[in-house]
Amino acid sequence: MQLTNKRKHMARKPMTFLERIYLPAIVKGMGITLSHLFKKKATIQYPEQKRPMSEVFRGLHILKRDDQGAERCTACGLCALACPAEAITMTAAERKPQDKHLYREEKYAEVYEINMLRCIFCGLCEEACPKAAIFLQNDKMAPASYEREDFIFGKDRLVEPFLLKKS
Amino acid sequence: MTQGSEANPRPMPKLVASCLTRAEHGMVVENESSQEVIDARNGIVEFLLINHPLDCPICDQAGECDLQNLSYDHGMEGTRYEEGRRVFDKIDIGPYVQLHMTRCILCYRCVYAAEQLTNERVHGVINRGDVSEISTYIQNAIDKDFSGNIIDVCPVGALTDKTYRFKQRVWFSKPFDAHRNCTKCSGKTVIWKKGDDIIRITARKNEFGEVEDFICNECRFEHRDLNDWTIEGPREMDKDSVITANKYELPVVSPAVNVDAKFVSE
Repeated sequence: MQLTNKRKHMARKPMTFLERIYLPAIVKGMGITLSHLFKKKATIQYPEQKRPMSEVFRGLHILKRDDQGAERCTACGLCALACPAEAITMTAAERKPQDKHLYREEKYAEVYEINMLRCIFCGLCEEACPKAAIFLQNDKMAPASYEREDFIFGKDRLVEPFLLKKS
Repeated sequence: MTQGSEANPRPMPKLVASCLTRAEHGMVVENESSQEVIDARNGIVEFLLINHPLDCPICDQAGECDLQNLSYDHGMEGTRYEEGRRVFDKIDIGPYVQLHMTRCILCYRCVYAAEQLTNERVHGVINRGDVSEISTYIQNAIDKDFSGNIIDVCPVGALTDKTYRFKQRVWFSKPFDAHRNCTKCSGKTVIWKKGDDIIRITARKNEFGEVEDFICNECRFEHRDLNDWTIEGPREMDKDSVITANKYELPVVSPAVNVDAKFVSE
């Protein structure tokens, strides 16, 4: 059955003498290989060298603190609701009176986990957040690992490191 | 109202309250089709929101809050109010009910519900005007039977379940209709599950958000074991409600298979 008219009928011809001794073909092939030694490389040495990234690149998440150093996230669950990959889970807890400087609101996220294997880095969590707490950094990517457990990022790896106040 | 009745077709000069107006033969009522009505509602919602804090990410009522729905339909994006909002010190009103007075819109529903349901009402509105607040007299605990129903009648998050406090957002918990043999009440409830745990029990509400059968405190707060309940099935939620989000409970339409029909190849 013929679907298109693109088919060509090829006749198998016997090889000529030059083709039969193979040497010209090997020289031609080596020439291509050697010429690539002097061309610009398509790859870079990744961890040491980095390509310039877009301003709006969406990489690894960060849970921001406010200017007093208190965590902004209040575990409202809107990021988890917005997440199309269902990568975010959280457990809320009530702030104790002595922790007032650590958390901004009455309620805070006791557990906040993002599964980086599920995450598709769409940035909808960032858009949904009413407290401007979660952001996708444009200079960091989720690191590679051999273990699946390493991709479940808890608060220890997501929360912005505590910066000492500049005075 | 654009026409009073068939006998008297004059329109009403001002807006009238629907709950106080008797229906007449031939009356023509304009509801959402009238810009005047929408403007009036927007104004009322703006007044309700004057003292209401922007607490929804923290509030346990978010997702089933009447004021949230109202402001979603009629609210403005910003506020024109420049003075500070009312703030109240937190008071403890017992082990079951959490009171957030700053969120209260002073609708008095809990007072009327407690008046009708419990044998002795221990809370009410104290002070007047701007500083009036729902409170118990000298930090009394609300522990009368059927007093838990004030949680369900509260349209905002001013009265919430203390045992459910910050356990889970409403839209991640799964509601089921359930009942048990209760000597005090009908025992018909909605249980809200997280995994296999019951994290909250509420009364059933109808499509208008009114409680169908008030339930006793024992049903509401004491029975958190699944074996205590007979589960009837998943609770049907309004399809626009956020509670249906992430549930994937669309009905599976089973295709009808005609066994006798012969497969015809072309």
